[in-house]
Order: sequence, then C-alpha cells, then structure tokens
Amino acid sequence: MAGSGRAHLRPSDETLLRVEDLVVEFPVGGGRVVHAVSGISFDVAKGETIGLVGESGCGKSTTGRAILQLPKPTSGAVNLNDQDLTSVGAEKMRALRTDVQMIFQDPISSLNPRRAVGEIVAEPLHVWGPAEKDAQWEKVAKMLDAVGIDPDVARYKFPHEFSGGQCQRISIARALVLEPELIICDEPVSALDVSVQAQILNLLEDLKVEYGLTLVFIAHDLAVVKNISDRVAVMYLGKMCEISESDELYAQPAHPYTRLLLESLPVPDPKIKLDTSVSDAAELPSPINPPSGCRFRTRCPSADKICADIEPIMRRINDDHYVACHYPLVPLEEMSVGLS
Amino acid sequence: MTAPAVAEHALVVEDLRTHFTVPAGDVKAVDGVSFTLDRGKTLGVVGESGSGKTVLARSIMGLSIASNSTTTGSVLYEGKELVGMAPKEMKHLWGTDMAMVFQDPMTSLNPVVKVGRQLTEHVRAHLGVSKGDARSLGVELLRTVHIPEAEERFDVYPHEMSGGMRQRVCIAMALACGPEVLFADEPTTALDVTVQHQILNLLNTQQRDRNMAMILVTHDLGVVAGRADEIAVMYAGKIVEKAPATTLFNEMHHPYTQALLWSIPKTSQPKHTRLSAIAGRPPDLVNPPSGCSFSPRCPYARPICHQEEPVLTAGVGDDHIYACHHPVGSPGAQEAFDKNLEEGLPQTLIAAGRIRATEDIPTDWKR
Repeated sequence: MAGSGRAHLRPSDETLLRVEDLVVEFPVGGGRVVHAVSGISFDVAKGETIGLVGESGCGKSTTGRAILQLPKPTSGAVNLNDQDLTSVGAEKMRALRTDVQMIFQDPISSLNPRRAVGEIVAEPLHVWGPAEKDAQWEKVAKMLDAVGIDPDVARYKFPHEFSGGQCQRISIARALVLEPELIICDEPVSALDVSVQAQILNLLEDLKVEYGLTLVFIAHDLAVVKNISDRVAVMYLGKMCEISESDELYAQPAHPYTRLLLESLPVPDPKIKLDTSVSDAAELPSPINPPSGCRFRTRCPSADKICADIEPIMRRINDDHYVACHYPLVPLEEMSVGLS
Repeated sequence: MTAPAVAEHALVVEDLRTHFTVPAGDVKAVDGVSFTLDRGKTLGVVGESGSGKTVLARSIMGLSIASNSTTTGSVLYEGKELVGMAPKEMKHLWGTDMAMVFQDPMTSLNPVVKVGRQLTEHVRAHLGVSKGDARSLGVELLRTVHIPEAEERFDVYPHEMSGGMRQRVCIAMALACGPEVLFADEPTTALDVTVQHQILNLLNTQQRDRNMAMILVTHDLGVVAGRADEIAVMYAGKIVEKAPATTLFNEMHHPYTQALLWSIPKTSQPKHTRLSAIAGRPPDLVNPPSGCSFSPRCPYARPICHQEEPVLTAGVGDDHIYACHHPVGSPGAQEAFDKNLEEGLPQTLIAAGRIRATEDIPTDWKR
C-alpha cells in the first residue's frame, strides 16, 4: 500500500511461508516510534523465489529479519509450514531456525575473521549436525564443493585470504549446510562487482533447483530482482505497493512508485531516451511520522484528496498481480472494483 | 613546458602511469593510459573494482599522494604539465580548475561543521570573497543543485540531510569555484536508484550549462550509456577499448567489454534468464599475466594472447580504439572461440554455458 490488505494471499495449503499483517516498530525515546514495517502480508510457495524491492529505509531488510524473529515483530503472524513463528517459545524457535537460514550483504564482515573456513561452515553442525568430526567434514566438503570452492584448499584458510565473491560463496555454503527449506538473502550481491554478481546469481539458481530451496530475495536493484524472482513485491516506507509475477510487473507496472523505480533504472543502452529533467531533492518522509492515507502520496504525481484520507488496500488486477493504489496505472479487474 | 594544448582540449593525458611500491613489488594501478578530453564533453571510465579507474582520476588531479606511489607520464591542462607539479602549485588548480565529487557522500563531508561553511570555505580561500557574499553565493549554489529551502539548509549539519541531499551538497561544493574539469568518482554508487537518476541528471545539466568537461568514473555501464560522449573501458590499469558511447554499445570489439555488458541482468530479459558470468577474477597487478592481461579469463584467448600484449589500434572509425588480437565480431574471434571449445578451454566452456563459472579457473589446465 502504500496500503494494506490481504487480497493477494493464496490458500495456506499452497504456501511454505505466509506473512500476515507484519508490523515491526522500534521505540526511539520520547514516546516516538519508528514504523519500520506497517502491515505487510505476502506468501511464498515451496520452490518459489519472492523478491522484495524498494529504496533504503522501506523496511525490506526488517521484514526479512522479522521472519526469523530477529527481533520478534510487534504484531502479525509468520507462518512457516502452518506453524506460527511469532507464538512459539524460544527453545522451539531455536530448533525451527535450522529450517530458515540467512545470507547477508557484506560477505567479508559476516564471516568470523579469526576462524578457518572449515570451522565456519561446520559451526551449525556443531550444534545440530552429526557429532563425529569426520561426518561433519564430509558434509562441509560437499557444500563447499557445491558452491564452487575447493574444500581441501579452503579448509584451513581464513576469510581474508578470499575475495568478496568467494566469501559470499562460503556464506552460502554455511547457510546450506543444515539443509534449510527457506533462505533469506539480504542484498547478497549488492557489494559485488557485476561479473561476480552474475556468478553468484547463477549459483543461487542452480542451488535452488539442486536442494529444492525457497528464497526470499531482498535487493534494491530491480534488474537483479527480476532476474532471480518468480514474484516481486515492491515496498515503500513500511508498506507494500504492488505484488506481481515478475515478468508482468516489469511489463505493466500498476503502481506509480513501481513506475518511478523502473524509470530511474540505468539501462546499458544509449539508444533509450533518458528523461533528463532535474527536480528538487525529494525527501523520503520520516518513518516516525509517516503521511496519512497512502504513504507514497507526497511523491506521487497522481495523488489527490482521497489518497490523503483513505489508505488504499490491495486490489486484484489479475490472478498474479495486485496493487494498492487509488489510481492504478493498469485497469483493475471489475469484480474487485465492486468489492472495494 | 611543452607546447600549449590546442584550445578545445581540456585535458591531454599521455602514457600516465601510477605505481604503488609494496613489499611484493610494484602495484601497477594505472599503467600507460592516454586520452584527450575536449571542453564540454563527458568521458565515462568503466571497469570492475581494482581496474585502476579511481587511481586514474586521482592521478590526473594529483591526489594520489601516498608516500609509496610514483606517477609518470604527462597530463597537460591549459598548457601546464600537471605530473610532477608541486602540491603548493597544484593547490591553486584544485577547486578553481578541477574539482572532484567522491563516491560516499556520508564520509566526504565533515560531520561537525555546518554545510554552509563547508560549502563556502574554499570559495573564500580561492576567490577571496567576504563572509556575507560567500553566504549568498552558497545559498545560490544550493538552489542550483535543487535543494529546497536553501536558505535554511545553509545552516544545518550534514547528518540532518539524506544521502541524496548530501551528494547534492558535494556537487555544489565541487561547482563552487566554476571548475573547467569535473571528476565524478562513482558519484551515485551509494545512492538509491531514484536518487541516482536525479543526481546524474543534475551533473549532466550543470555540465552543459557551464560547458565543463567531465570524467564520470563508474562500474555500471548503465550509468554512462546515454550520459557520456565517449566511454573508456579499463582493465588491469589499462584502457582496453575506447569509443564514442553509441559506437561502443553498437559494435564493441573487446571481449572484456562484451563480457561486462552481458553479465549485467537487464529488465528486458524474462525472469530466470541465465547470466553469462565472466570466469575468474581480476588479475594480480603486481605480477600481471604475460601478454594480454585479460587472456586468462577470455574465451577467445589463443596462444598469441598469452605471449604478445596487444596494442591499442583504431577500428573502422579513428575514434574507436581497442587492444585485442581477436576482436569480437572479426572472423578470427569466431575461429579462436571454436578452436578453444574443441580443446576444452575452461573459460570458453563457461562462455558457451557448458560449465558453471567460478572465480577459480583450473590453473593446471594445459592446451
């Protein structure tokens, strides 16, 4: 929404992860609260990749972390395999985390610089895996091999002896070693060069097939997100604007914010005519005191009074495309107009 | 002093080399770069991290002043030789003749000094204007870069502004003394796409209005497409291909340029399009590979590429130059590719999509 609503959710028996009305707020003193995530709902089917995109500060990373209960969301539900993670106890959650792993943005700082790669990747197994060292190493070696790192060379080496791309591969191996169902990738390629980025994206696609993974892929680069995702959710200031099958979203953006993002994207083709107008610096509104109604209205060209008064809810364009906007750029399906 | 440069050239760079001495040897960060930049034109410098693009910009401006660095070659600016010029003299060129916008707007402003004072500090030093005049000039500059409520923003600290605004301040600062040449070193890498678009537009309009020459350094071919007049692709400290922007995109000849473009995901491709990754990783700049420095990663590399370093030669048009033994699109390239495929050269197999790309190309592989 920049609104709320759950019209876009699918029946729960078809999905692996279902996030409903997720709210994450951080108190900042003086009774003020940062509304980082304000009522996000989405679901992910098994074997699917969902991309979360948006500018910095839109709450996409917070959403990813809240799935893992890091920290626990303020309200809302996170259902993984029909189990609500927000209501299970700490000990149970610890066990459930083996099913959900995370890959972080900065590959170098997410690995302990004082430990050898063999140990880093084996760490989850110390807690959950086979107790015998040999069996552990066998698993670690298999994972390192799967991500394209020679296990025998890497075993006793330290992270600083590897490049950024290789460190990201090691992080991926560590996330995979417990054979999770769901991996949350928080900007995994943002810190990498384009050539290495392509290697990592291809690797994630291969591993997804090989290990039957489901991915939540968080990134700010729309082209990267399109490449890897089956469905894409566009976020703005803690709300969801639009969710769609990815090819359709890029061909027919329905939310003015999605269109703005797509128009801003630098395209490596000089034949494409650039919009070269310069406008005043638009400030992202403060998440402490977000705009009423549709949160995007302060930057939206088609905003009028209704946008300030009423928060738009998710409405259906077709089976796989939903938008939360009073003035969508693509006509809505008639039935849902009637309902709203 | 050599003969003065022809008036329309803002900069003439010839065989510029910047090497850093480290215990292992010399890091050849910039290794023989030559180009001319005309007034009012934009040169885009593109390459991966470690290709020497930032060091190139800093060497031209005389900012690579690490005690272990040596810069040789020649940079002519208005008939003056900048290489070897004493920092004391150079100081008079910084700001008034050449200015730089840096990558990270968060760290390039002093956090404990108000924006206005930082913005006008060098204006007062170079142009000797009074405090009051500097203020009105500063406010005017903030308006030029489209900062709303410029009057009030003059008196805020950097942390009270967003990243995009801070980068606008940095641009205003660079423009303050009306430089002839503006260096923009990855000016938008740290910013969101919407802000990036605005900042690039701002740089372009300012450049046009002031008839400045600009060097736009970036790792993103998308940023320079449609914004630069000419594009130079750097690899291992050297320019490997240089051409007017449209020519470069229409008929690229260097395998590295092609690989770089192909590895970028594009929104025009359907989802799950397999990306053509470049095998291997950038070379060691202390001991660069013999022959062509891209040869260990190049799918077209034949024995000659490992032995002889190709020189920059002109293609069909004089303004399109590239350094390659088997330029893309030539019959030789196709032949080399086919032969390599037959012989099972790892990077060719990767380029053909037969095996998965990693950063470690087997080194024990023998032709």
